[in-house]
Amino acid sequence: MQNMLTLLSNALCRITGRTAGAQTVSELLIGLSEYVSLTSPAAPDLAQTQRLPPKPPPVVCARATAPPLASTPLATPAAHVTASRSFADFTPQVTLDIKKCDLHRLEEGPPVKAELTREQGLQYYRTMQTVRRMELKADQLYKQKIIRGFCHLYDGQEACAAGVEAAIKSTDHLITAYRAHAYTYTRGVSVKEILCELTGRRGGVSKGKGGSMHMYAPRFYGGNGIVGAQVPLGAGIALACQYLGNSQLCVTLYGDGAANQGQLFESFNMAALWKLPCIFVCENNQYGMGTSAERASASVDYYKRGDYIPGIRVDGMDVLCVREAVKFAADLCRDGKGPIVMELQTYRYHGHSMSDPGVSYRSREEIQEVRSKNDPIALLKEQMLSNNMASVEELKEMDIAIRKEVEEAAQFATADPEPSLDDMCNHVFKNDPPLEVRGTNPWSVFKSVS
Amino acid sequence: MALSVKSVLRSGRNFVSVLRRRAFHRSAPAAVQVTVRDALNQAMDEELERDERVFLLGEEVAQYDGAYKVSRGLWKKYGDRRVIDTPISEMGFTGIAVGAAMAGLRPICEFMTFNFSMQAIDQVINSAAKTYYMSAGLQAVPIVFRGPNGASAGVAAQHSQCFAAWYAHCPGLKVLSPWNSEDAKGLLKSAIRDDNPVVFLENELMYGVAFDMSDEAQSKDFTVPIGKAKLERQGCDVTLVSHSRYVGHCLDAAAVLAKEGIECEVINLRTIRPMDVESIEASVMKTNHLVTVEGGWPQFGVGAEICAKIMEGAAFNYLDAPATRVTGVDIPMPYAKILEDNSVPQIKDIIFSIKKTLNV
Repeated sequence: MQNMLTLLSNALCRITGRTAGAQTVSELLIGLSEYVSLTSPAAPDLAQTQRLPPKPPPVVCARATAPPLASTPLATPAAHVTASRSFADFTPQVTLDIKKCDLHRLEEGPPVKAELTREQGLQYYRTMQTVRRMELKADQLYKQKIIRGFCHLYDGQEACAAGVEAAIKSTDHLITAYRAHAYTYTRGVSVKEILCELTGRRGGVSKGKGGSMHMYAPRFYGGNGIVGAQVPLGAGIALACQYLGNSQLCVTLYGDGAANQGQLFESFNMAALWKLPCIFVCENNQYGMGTSAERASASVDYYKRGDYIPGIRVDGMDVLCVREAVKFAADLCRDGKGPIVMELQTYRYHGHSMSDPGVSYRSREEIQEVRSKNDPIALLKEQMLSNNMASVEELKEMDIAIRKEVEEAAQFATADPEPSLDDMCNHVFKNDPPLEVRGTNPWSVFKSVS
Repeated sequence: MALSVKSVLRSGRNFVSVLRRRAFHRSAPAAVQVTVRDALNQAMDEELERDERVFLLGEEVAQYDGAYKVSRGLWKKYGDRRVIDTPISEMGFTGIAVGAAMAGLRPICEFMTFNFSMQAIDQVINSAAKTYYMSAGLQAVPIVFRGPNGASAGVAAQHSQCFAAWYAHCPGLKVLSPWNSEDAKGLLKSAIRDDNPVVFLENELMYGVAFDMSDEAQSKDFTVPIGKAKLERQGCDVTLVSHSRYVGHCLDAAAVLAKEGIECEVINLRTIRPMDVESIEASVMKTNHLVTVEGGWPQFGVGAEICAKIMEGAAFNYLDAPATRVTGVDIPMPYAKILEDNSVPQIKDIIFSIKKTLNV
């Protein structure tokens, strides 16, 4: 058996040019699968990538520089080499072709090539995967009735949140509607605090008083429950940026359903009039609750709805496309040429909320089609693997770590106590002396502090 | 006369202070006459000067000097950045104002009248009032919504509604209703300095009315505390509680009744929410009679809330008669002068109600 293993691993080494061979069957299999994924042709529906042949690894000494795989027990303590290649093997940076954006009132648009470093790729992957696992965990907790009320899940749309955050600065501002868990995360709130808020416990970011749609962080203004109301708010935040002269901007997100709200057009008008540094982003996931875009909008060209405001339509499933488009828009805003409207074409796997199975107004085949051909995480993974920017087991490790993080967060969120009744009436006013709040009856009086 | 003896007897250990309070009312040293409009203008001017983050936006506030000239001269002095004319887009510009407040500025959002605030009321309630609570203290909204409220003269049904009860219903808002120039200036300054959303209900008919403004009130740091009512007139026979323009009507009614030997105590609420119930209770415990006076409709109104609060508190046992509400007539405001005049409380209505309450 060992002879067979040595034979095969030596053969693999000759093919791949490695100097150190697999020591165990699992290492051999991993090495084989890597070789297979490197050399198999790209799936036709994926974005075109510039395929560079894998660079032959430099000669390495027997002791690997890569950290040993945590989950793979080595056969002997003396085994130096793990199945993963050293970091020196990976492509540090690659230039990828991305889809050209449709433009409205713009001579030039975002670039059609995107630079991706290994670090960025891993970071975007980690962000998207964390959001994915967090949303699926929320789904699970909701079905167990540990989360109640409204729960609008974002899985499928991860590239939008990751791409936006990659393109703006931490000093910029962002506001969105109720499908907000991903942005709450990308803007700096931990998975633990998010899940805790969903389960309504005192460890939640809003101490259990806000819930799914009302989570906040510095420079993140929620989480807003009233469809469309966040758009004038976002324009106002942009006004503040302009007023204070700090070169910051506001990304103001809304959906294809909200795109028909009158207050959006009021906001567009004032933003254009005053040249506010605001990026209006329509996350078009094709459905406003149970109504398809075609059934709700006389014009589904959401990027043109700003009329006199320039617009860009972007592939919202490709994190790099989103990043480049938002970067382009941000530069425009910082040059005082704002506002700008952007449409991210994306898709949600879940229904509108947890009360909506999501299959009465669209087919399961449609959902499955997007999942298999256009999933944002799979797209990035493919781009990274085919360009030798990461290894399968590295990403798998990351997946395992993320699952663990989310699971621990969920357990904490389930065990954390609910807010105290003593806290119930606090936070009505800021910087006010304590006041009394009437309870349900005249003899019930609560104290309220700021 | 019997009534006042009774109240003196009932006052118990306050006997001496009750006697002392019946001394002559001293008038303040010679003061300047300032209209409510100018008082509001001064307040905004001083606060714009004091804090860079304060700015005013609304329809016609800048180049037109304000639809009712309340912001006269401010655009000329402070420019486009601090005084902003908006298009006719209440929901939009109110949301913009709230967003600016969330991001660290201190906007004054003017509604040409509060009737138009209905188009923007979602932003006032759901985006402004509730946010500090929903965020458990992470996100404050330091904003003032101001403008004329209630009946004017001949502007008919869609332009005459009083919104005191609507806004005062909602936790997270402070609702102010000034009567005279000192109220207007001091309360507006307090509202602008407050870190919370404040609804500031002015009255168009009061804009042109001049009042004495004491030296103290003319200072740039003069503020009137939010949540504290003011005793405008002392009396022992009946407590009149009112806000805005009708405080003046109450004082006029009191002057007429004084000649008949009925002494009215007039309380100017100044703040609708949070309401100064203690002041009302203390007064009712002294006079044993309560009449509320407001311009708004009776159902679910400010007077209704005062009555409920008195019933729930210690003062109930001191009432010698049920409390009475004097309110606007329960109809949309008509246009014709005779109809309009009879749709809002007149002095004779207040006098009539007081006498009925006192059973005289």
